[in-house]
Amino acid sequence: MEKVKSLEDLKKLREEALEKRTAKAMSGQKEIIVGMGTVGIAAGARETLKAILDYIEKENLTDLVVRQTGNIGLDSFEPIVQVVIGDQPKVSYGHVTPDVARRIMKEHIVGGIVVKENRIEG
Amino acid sequence: MRELTLHLLDLAANSVSALSQNICIEVVEDTISDRLCMSVKDDGKGMSAEMVSKVCDPFVTTRTTRKVGLGIPLLKAAAEACNGSFKIESEPGAGTYVEAEFQRSHIDRMPLGDLAATFLTLLIGTPEVHWIFRYKVNDKEFLFDDSPVKKELGDIPLSEPLVINFLRVYLSDGINSIRPQDFK
Repeated sequence: MEKVKSLEDLKKLREEALEKRTAKAMSGQKEIIVGMGTVGIAAGARETLKAILDYIEKENLTDLVVRQTGNIGLDSFEPIVQVVIGDQPKVSYGHVTPDVARRIMKEHIVGGIVVKENRIEG
Repeated sequence: MRELTLHLLDLAANSVSALSQNICIEVVEDTISDRLCMSVKDDGKGMSAEMVSKVCDPFVTTRTTRKVGLGIPLLKAAAEACNGSFKIESEPGAGTYVEAEFQRSHIDRMPLGDLAATFLTLLIGTPEVHWIFRYKVNDKEFLFDDSPVKKELGDIPLSEPLVINFLRVYLSDGINSIRPQDFK
């Protein structure tokens, strides 16, 4: 059975992931939240979230929290992504296409600088 | 919605909002009887008979931020337009079962779309839910139950890059190995 083999792989993977995590724990939690209500999904939220996951995988970014949430209440801005870093206030982004999502990951999550163009004020 | 899997994502999001702990998503393609059936079963807070009867109405939603809900009415209309059917069974406190069936070869049937990406985003985006994904094509089946994976990982979150890689490859290999090649 292929599944048994995969669980073996997971064991190795767990050890590897543990090593990487301990190195940079305590640096302030970074959280990425994607709105996945009906409107968000219709506007492309799945592709946005997929782009975020692909970016994390490709750039090997550890210690991030990725969550999806229901309707945020700002339909005309969908897909919406929110970023929370440590105890800084939450930043909401609108019209987050996969390209914008990759930019947010690079500039805000990694670089610490808010992407002004897509920020929803208020 | 342009893909059936986006409707699945929408149904699953409803189940998550209903505070479900266990959600099972099934997609069954039968190329011989020419049917495609997809369903979402949860153990969330469920709905009263009155709410179930209203839920296909485009002007009903539990959301308070906006007054119109369209996810379920659109899916019902899509299934019925494809020589198919739609049903909801629900009980307050017990959970909800939603099923949409289509004539697989119907010209108006939406493509299934990216099933692997749909499962992956649900799994990682809502790790507090116990997910079971079942994809069946004729007599072949891909079954993914996330509990052995979560048990093996322990305190390592699913959003770690190595885990995302593992899940992405595992899901897409499993799905693609049985996906029919005739049409989407």
